[in-house]
Amino acid sequence: MQEQQLKKQSLEKQKSNVLLEVEGLKTYFYMDNDRVAKAVDDVSFSINKGETLALVGESGSGKSITSLSIMRLIPSPPGKIVEGSIKLEGKELVTLSDKEIRKVRGNDIGMIFQEPMTSLNPVFTIGNQISESLMKHKKMKKNEAYKKAVDLLKLVGFARAEQIVNEYPHQLSGGMRQRAMIAIAMSCDPKLLIADEPTTALDVTIQAQILDLMVEMKEKFESSILLITHDLGVVAEVADRVLVMYGGQIVEEASVYELFTKPKHPYTNGLLASIPNLEADVERLESIPGTVPPAHRFPKGCRFAPRCKHVMDKCYEANPDLLEIDSKHKVRCYLYEE
Amino acid sequence: MHKYIIRRILQFIPMLFLITVLVFGLAKAAPGDPLTGEMLDPEIDPAVYEIRREALGLNDPIYVQYWNWLSSVSQGDFGKSMQYTGRSVMELIQARVWNTFYLSLFALGVTLAIAIPIGIYSANRKYSLFDYGATTFAFLGLATPNFFAGLLAIYVFALTLGWFPAQGTTTALGLSGFELFIDKLRHLVLPGLTLGLASTAAYMRYMRTEILEVKGSDFIRTAHAKGLSNESVLYKHTLRNALIPIITLLGLEFGTLLSGAIITERVFNYPGLGTLFLNAISNRDYPVIMAINLILAVSILVGNLLADIFYAIVDPRIRYD
Repeated sequence: MQEQQLKKQSLEKQKSNVLLEVEGLKTYFYMDNDRVAKAVDDVSFSINKGETLALVGESGSGKSITSLSIMRLIPSPPGKIVEGSIKLEGKELVTLSDKEIRKVRGNDIGMIFQEPMTSLNPVFTIGNQISESLMKHKKMKKNEAYKKAVDLLKLVGFARAEQIVNEYPHQLSGGMRQRAMIAIAMSCDPKLLIADEPTTALDVTIQAQILDLMVEMKEKFESSILLITHDLGVVAEVADRVLVMYGGQIVEEASVYELFTKPKHPYTNGLLASIPNLEADVERLESIPGTVPPAHRFPKGCRFAPRCKHVMDKCYEANPDLLEIDSKHKVRCYLYEE
Repeated sequence: MHKYIIRRILQFIPMLFLITVLVFGLAKAAPGDPLTGEMLDPEIDPAVYEIRREALGLNDPIYVQYWNWLSSVSQGDFGKSMQYTGRSVMELIQARVWNTFYLSLFALGVTLAIAIPIGIYSANRKYSLFDYGATTFAFLGLATPNFFAGLLAIYVFALTLGWFPAQGTTTALGLSGFELFIDKLRHLVLPGLTLGLASTAAYMRYMRTEILEVKGSDFIRTAHAKGLSNESVLYKHTLRNALIPIITLLGLEFGTLLSGAIITERVFNYPGLGTLFLNAISNRDYPVIMAINLILAVSILVGNLLADIFYAIVDPRIRYD
């Protein structure tokens, strides 16, 4: 009796700790020739408060479309969220009206993008672009918003914040622009920061600084991060938990430690094996043969089967389910069935 | 910026020199001279024309003639018309230049007022019925020659419907104040629309293309990700960027309008520089040809300079120093 109650309590506690819950999300693109690209096909996951969740996969695996679906920024037409639910602190986002979702964007969820060079509007000052969100969501007056913009710029590490606020994007370097993007994303104190390949376009030395800054901001604002990347080095550095995506689906879900020490899915194994190792003396770098199939032409059965080392006959017949190995580790592979 | 502008204006001098040399040479290369037309009269002794030619300096070598023209122009004297005997070129131009200016301004105003809103609307509803309609209109507008559009406008709106006058700048003498203004405006409508037709069509397409291009930019996605409304994304973030090339083109448009006015004015018998220019060409009235050409050349050069200055004003990435 007592035990059950405790269990229930802990379950509720767990539930209240969940920030974002994605359930059975399907985002399809309807192409001209009646083909349907299943860019995101039945994806479920959740992000806890204060957690950094990494979404990993090759180009075309559906990770960016997943993040854009959460923001409801899928270009429509041709894209559409066909099924599923996305709940932010229990509030359903999929069915919100356009007006309502705009109150979530930039306010509850901040987003930064891959290309800091083109993600800022070239004809407006940095201050103008930061204060825009503040004026919209926090109903600040213009001068108030500019003052806040200076504070935010200081927070993301600009020494000359007072000058930067009046400068244009082209006057800043790539790393500085990404800092400015982070200032915009964090301006309204969001609950979730979505970072879509935030360091891919940056210098290696700047990459670490930007990652550190994101973690610092996350802690300061008590928010969570959804980090989209194909760089497992970045994952190891900042993530708490990892989702590996392939062909629009999650193929493995585990904590960072688990994933790097006990990877299960042959795809994850392949990804980890292709990281260059300084100590090992190898002639050639490991690679996974083949490419990600296009989203309108997934093979029957397991989507990774044509590239898999351990492929079995049944892999070609039906797509395996996401199998729960233990409470914190899931994998979509027949190798781990009883 | 100031230094840049001064440098550019200094560059005008050699360019204008080359243009005038070229135009003078071409005008002289055309057969005949201002007196050829009058020589058909058998009553007059050809020797008389020889005397007049000598007096006008038409018998001098071409470089002497050019030098004479250049030295008087550099002193601000554009000479006398050879066709309207005794009247100074300045006087002839002053009587007409404002008519052409108003016509061009009207055409420019119409172009902007129609092309920009339609371009934006078209881009926002890409491949809609409206968009296809606008595209069809744009291609028709671009494909229709100025003189044909003018004749069509006269036939439909002046002769058949009788809405607007077909020619001239005013109906009657003796009008004044507001009535005169309205009357002049009514006379501007048909030639103005005709003159602006091709540019309207072109700018409509530019605007549509630019908006669509900017809409696909990363920073527009950023603007949406901030939660801004569609209107503020369109009118602030998209439009401001889409207008950059348009504003630059506008500087160049002025020269295009002035030269377009030449044909349009003829069709509508509108007393502007264009009519004067065509008459001057057919009568080999060299001083008038040269003066109007100079005006066209200067306005195109100034238009180019303005385009570059506008560019620096609207796009913070462009700096001249």
